Amino acid sequence: MVSQLPVLQVILPLMAAPLCLLLKRSTLVWLFCLIVSFLSLLISILLVQQVSTSGPIDYAFGGWDVPWGIGYRIDQLNVLLLIVITAMSSVVLIAAKESIAREIDPEKHVYFYILYLLSLSGMLGIVATGDAFNIFVFLEITSLSVYALIAMGRHRRALWASYQYLIMGTIGATFILIGIGMMYQMTGTLNITDLSVRLAELPQKRTILTAFVFIIVGVCLKLALFPLHLWLPNAYTYAPSIVSAFLAATATKVAIYLLIRFTYSVFGPSLSFAAIPLQTLFMALGLVGIFVASVTAIYQTNVKKLFAYSSIAHIGYMILGFSTGTVAGLTATLLHVFNHALMKSALFLALAAVMLRIGSVQLSSMQGLGRQMPWTMAAIVLAGLSLIGVPLTVGFVSKWYLLVAIIEQGNWVVAGLILMGSLLAVIYVWRIVEVAYFKEPATAQKGDVLEGAAGGSTEAPLSFLIPIWLLVGANIYFGIDTRFSTQLAQSAAQSLFGVSP
Amino acid sequence: MLLKDLFAVTMLLSIYGLLSATFFVAMDAVDVAFTEASVGAGISTLLLLVVISVTGRRERRVRHKPYAALFVVILTSMLLVFGTSDMPYFGSADAPIHNHVAPRYLNDSMQEINVPNIVTAVLASYRAFDTFGEVVVIFTAGIGVLALMSVSSKALSKSQPLNRPRGLYEQHLVIRIVAKTLFPFIFLFALYVQFHGDFGPGGGFQAGVIFAAAFILYAMLFGLDAATKVIKPAVIELLAALGVLLYGSVGIVTLLNGGNFFDYDYLLADPIAGQHLGILIIELGVGITVTCVMIMICFGFSLRRRAYEQKVAIRPKEGAV
Repeated sequence: MVSQLPVLQVILPLMAAPLCLLLKRSTLVWLFCLIVSFLSLLISILLVQQVSTSGPIDYAFGGWDVPWGIGYRIDQLNVLLLIVITAMSSVVLIAAKESIAREIDPEKHVYFYILYLLSLSGMLGIVATGDAFNIFVFLEITSLSVYALIAMGRHRRALWASYQYLIMGTIGATFILIGIGMMYQMTGTLNITDLSVRLAELPQKRTILTAFVFIIVGVCLKLALFPLHLWLPNAYTYAPSIVSAFLAATATKVAIYLLIRFTYSVFGPSLSFAAIPLQTLFMALGLVGIFVASVTAIYQTNVKKLFAYSSIAHIGYMILGFSTGTVAGLTATLLHVFNHALMKSALFLALAAVMLRIGSVQLSSMQGLGRQMPWTMAAIVLAGLSLIGVPLTVGFVSKWYLLVAIIEQGNWVVAGLILMGSLLAVIYVWRIVEVAYFKEPATAQKGDVLEGAAGGSTEAPLSFLIPIWLLVGANIYFGIDTRFSTQLAQSAAQSLFGVSP
Repeated sequence: MLLKDLFAVTMLLSIYGLLSATFFVAMDAVDVAFTEASVGAGISTLLLLVVISVTGRRERRVRHKPYAALFVVILTSMLLVFGTSDMPYFGSADAPIHNHVAPRYLNDSMQEINVPNIVTAVLASYRAFDTFGEVVVIFTAGIGVLALMSVSSKALSKSQPLNRPRGLYEQHLVIRIVAKTLFPFIFLFALYVQFHGDFGPGGGFQAGVIFAAAFILYAMLFGLDAATKVIKPAVIELLAALGVLLYGSVGIVTLLNGGNFFDYDYLLADPIAGQHLGILIIELGVGITVTCVMIMICFGFSLRRRAYEQKVAIRPKEGAV
């Protein structure tokens, strides 16, 4: 059965999704999803072990050899993403039951879990596959389910946010499809390994260049890279809290993965970085993104939106690492993929707890919450410190790697700008701390409060505190003992450059 | 951009679908043409009409001018034109697509799978996992619509039936009688398409769409109540899930028999018979899921409209009180 692990990774949640319809009862379905998600996590841990001991795993669907059939190829880069996605999904799901009970109508709970599992398996499928068209198919599964999940948000604006994302996301997916089609036309193959060999041999470059541009723009739309980020803040803000936590931890990471996969594994660094000034462009966009998004975050009154903008800023950091085009830079990017997932899932889960108790995530309604929900707010503070990049947290580790990679290239100006960007993060995290700890608890809230939110709010239930503090603990643990995460990121980056670890 | 009448836009879209289908025929891609004709020109038009029945026919006036969008469209099309400059000519024998992967499909699929329609062989066996993904996409779309549009059945059944002006199905006797005689033939054709996919253009996707179109036509002519009496929305949901499960379970069985996922050779002792059986079952799964999801979407919107109409009918009374 070990040789079947790659397919089980994706098929398990995929087959579990329709089974949910047969279970019907909300609690039962939740339990089922939780088990499935943790089994997926177990599979990805086994895959990590297997890849680190015996190298990349190839899996041929239907027993057809690639490139005739579809093949999965699990290598050092995939496993990093697989473990991030499954771990985040599992931890977030622990809290899902209570959060969903509060935010979604009971008769829609089953649909929610089905869509959740579908989006999970879609992301896993995108990451695991070694076939360009298969990427598109699973991208569609993910996108469709995520649009619906976002639209399930309580607020009426969730529909509009989902619609915006649907339009932008569909354009992105279509661009990716056009690019894949052009590549197929020029090479006659869809398999990624095969593509990279045949693309390098091609004498004519113009069609391939067009394909490259379409794919990069399409992926950047999904990535919410500045200035294509406009869909993200609303989508994260108005989605159900659990969905925000899951998406913030995983969705953009999958897009980063696609960017790396297409530039390094499909087109190859020589074509990707020589044809158009991609590195300079990404460095500029990354920096502008960090500053614009961080400054915008400072002025937000909705904490979910604040962290959504902070997500856009952090995508900027990842892109900066990517734009260096070195092993060190890519290691920093991948490390930040891992670490940022830990920070943002902790923050958004804590916000889900706040939503559960006081029915709002407006900054003004969080006054004095430090005393009413001490554990939740302490988690926000610690994860916020990680977001800033304070030593002993994961945020510090990835920023350190990023700085080293940038300075290695002698780019002191950019390094200085990164540090300034972190200072902006201090400001927006401080705003929350100030409101939560140094303001008197507000009495009767007006507006933006869900019905049933009693005045005296109490600490979140254990089903929230356990996952939140698991994540906060991970933020600190991987900030001190960096062996696991850095080794994963480093071997992934090295494998892309063909360096044997 | 110019037309404000959504009904006309839908019709134009349908014509566009039919025209592209003829293009595909001209390019000798009959399977694609068949799919485009049944999906692009057929079912999507029907579904859009159902949507229009909820939203109303006229587009709301928009104030902003979509120049930015126009700019993006022009840029994209310029890029596309630029991209064609290096492409191999259409039908050129030495184009890469004809020389790398395709020769094995053309030459060996008869020995390996023994299905005369090579497109079906590629879709259902060589790239069966992609097709599975597509079925899941359709299932996802159906569940997504349900998650957003579903109205609790209690809310509907509690309220009294309304004496609103009856629709098409009460007024037009001739259409009803003519359509009624058509249904058996449409269903028969759908079955033919379903099971003839191995030999000619067709397969689960097209058959499912034709099945669903017949059913939606029934619902339009005889009313939603009659249609839900034939098959309950809850049953449709279960069947849609069942189609996906049927498809996936073929893969699970091949796994348990010691093969890779979707390796139909392991289904039966004889590999060729295994391939045939595998393709038959997965096509059936595709057909069931596609049919049910299309009906699900149609029901979702229609029930929504009914709930909305009831709300509108109740509201004035509340206002008076």
